[in-house]
Amino acid sequence: MKKYLGPLNKENPILVQTLGVCSALAVTAQLKPAVVMALSVTVVCAMANLIISLLRNTIPPRIRIIVQLLVVSTLVIMVDQVLQAVVYDISRLLSVFVGLIITNCIIMGRLEAFALSHKPLPSFVDGVMNGLGYGLVLVAIAFFREFLGSGTLWNYPIIPASFYEAGYLNNGLMILPPMALILAGVFVWIQNAKKDRVK
Amino acid sequence: MNILTQLSDKISHHFEKGKPLYCFYALYDAIDTFLLTPSEVTSGGSHIRDAVDMKRIMITVMIALCPALFFGMWNIGVQHFLSLGENATFWRCFGYGFLKWLPLVMVTYFSGLTIEVIFAQHRGHQVAEGFFVTGFLIPMIMPPDVPLWIVAIATAFSVLFAKEVFGGTGYNFLNPALIARAFVFFAYPSVISGDAVWISESADAVSGATPLALVMNDATAQMPSFLDMFIGTIPGCIGETSKICIIIGAILLLYTQVASWRIMLSVVVGGWITGTLFHAAGMCPITGWQHLLMGGFLFGAVFMATDPVTATHTQAGKWIYGLLIGILAIVIRVINKGYPEGMMLAILLMNIFAPLIDYCIVKIKIRKRKINISKHKILL
Repeated sequence: MKKYLGPLNKENPILVQTLGVCSALAVTAQLKPAVVMALSVTVVCAMANLIISLLRNTIPPRIRIIVQLLVVSTLVIMVDQVLQAVVYDISRLLSVFVGLIITNCIIMGRLEAFALSHKPLPSFVDGVMNGLGYGLVLVAIAFFREFLGSGTLWNYPIIPASFYEAGYLNNGLMILPPMALILAGVFVWIQNAKKDRVK
Repeated sequence: MNILTQLSDKISHHFEKGKPLYCFYALYDAIDTFLLTPSEVTSGGSHIRDAVDMKRIMITVMIALCPALFFGMWNIGVQHFLSLGENATFWRCFGYGFLKWLPLVMVTYFSGLTIEVIFAQHRGHQVAEGFFVTGFLIPMIMPPDVPLWIVAIATAFSVLFAKEVFGGTGYNFLNPALIARAFVFFAYPSVISGDAVWISESADAVSGATPLALVMNDATAQMPSFLDMFIGTIPGCIGETSKICIIIGAILLLYTQVASWRIMLSVVVGGWITGTLFHAAGMCPITGWQHLLMGGFLFGAVFMATDPVTATHTQAGKWIYGLLIGILAIVIRVINKGYPEGMMLAILLMNIFAPLIDYCIVKIKIRKRKINISKHKILL
């Protein structure tokens, strides 16, 4: 069990393995798209792990990357279509980044490192956990960026109007991409400061 | 002073490792070495004897900043009472500006030193003197009415992310004071841009546009005279308005060899050439000389670009670094109307490139010597 909880903490895909950072910076200006992105990646990662694990004995090793890509891209297109049908606004907001899940290193990494050598059920759990580990960081970054940058959470105003009257201002830098990088850096810093880090 | 020394010696053992007050050692050490002579001094074996240490250099920079600072305080009062249409005496103007400046500088030091002390204690090293200059510079490049909590956050951000995460004083590759200003510029643009912020508590009807903003808005007819801009009785930050006081500071820095004359000269030359070219091409109504007198160009050239930590270290590198700062500052000013203060962005950008410039210069030197040696061998 401990093996599967790793991605949430000391084997976190973003903070420790530094994978999938690009999308983490791009979609975290607000909480809503970050959550949707996190769920999309979790679904794709879990399903791809499951399918590849089922096929692992039949895939010829020399063309395994192509097979993996085919499976992942099929899943991503399905997720994209679902998003466009259900939450069109957020799908527009995420724009190319849903399509770019195909190139997310976390997914290919888990397929290569885990699904090809494990049974279907453990692979599925591993996929879910890695997706959640990615999502955790995404939501944490988006929380601070939306709260400090726009004064809202999930598009609801959180900071009362009396604060603004007293001279409080939203931090415009939080909306800009550099702050996502700095916040991600702070989380990496916190992770590294823990004593039980993987060296 | 004797009482202080005795007191310090008396309480020092409480702060040693393992004692209950050890968590305040960095704070104690900072106050102790700031007020008194450190107990460890070089006793023998060192062959270069010089009074110049980091503390001396930092104090020299602070003294060099003083003319511009005192003028700036007075000027804040002058601009304030001028906008209200009142006549005020010299001391009333100065007092008003001083009371504007004092909270700024107190908040800056409190916020920055808190973080410095925490890091020094955590890492087990001393509180370095570097922050004294940074904390002195930050209030001088802020608008007089900037909210104090914004100054506190900006200072904390710059000390933390521009300095401490890279290892503290001497390891920062970006100028912390400029990072604080850039933070305010991007995070809270309404308090640091526009016409309303540069005169403290001005009457609504009076436009407090800086000369730079006037040029950007093609309102060159309202420009203050050359003499006003040179002496500095124009709206602006505390430190940047008076060119004559900045030049006095520059002379002190050059005389004591604290700042590099190569950087200062090349920034000014780069800015002047670019400004003249833009003027000749008809893209900008003002000449190269006027560019040098506007905004924070001269202040940046003298006090910011020459920061020995963030500038280039090779002699040839200093020329390239300075020229590019001057050129970029004017290019940003003229081409991007959204960022009237190009000097800040130009210096920060070149700070990032400074290590690369040094690397290339060193590589070129090594290659030249290799070629020289091979020629020599052939002759032999």
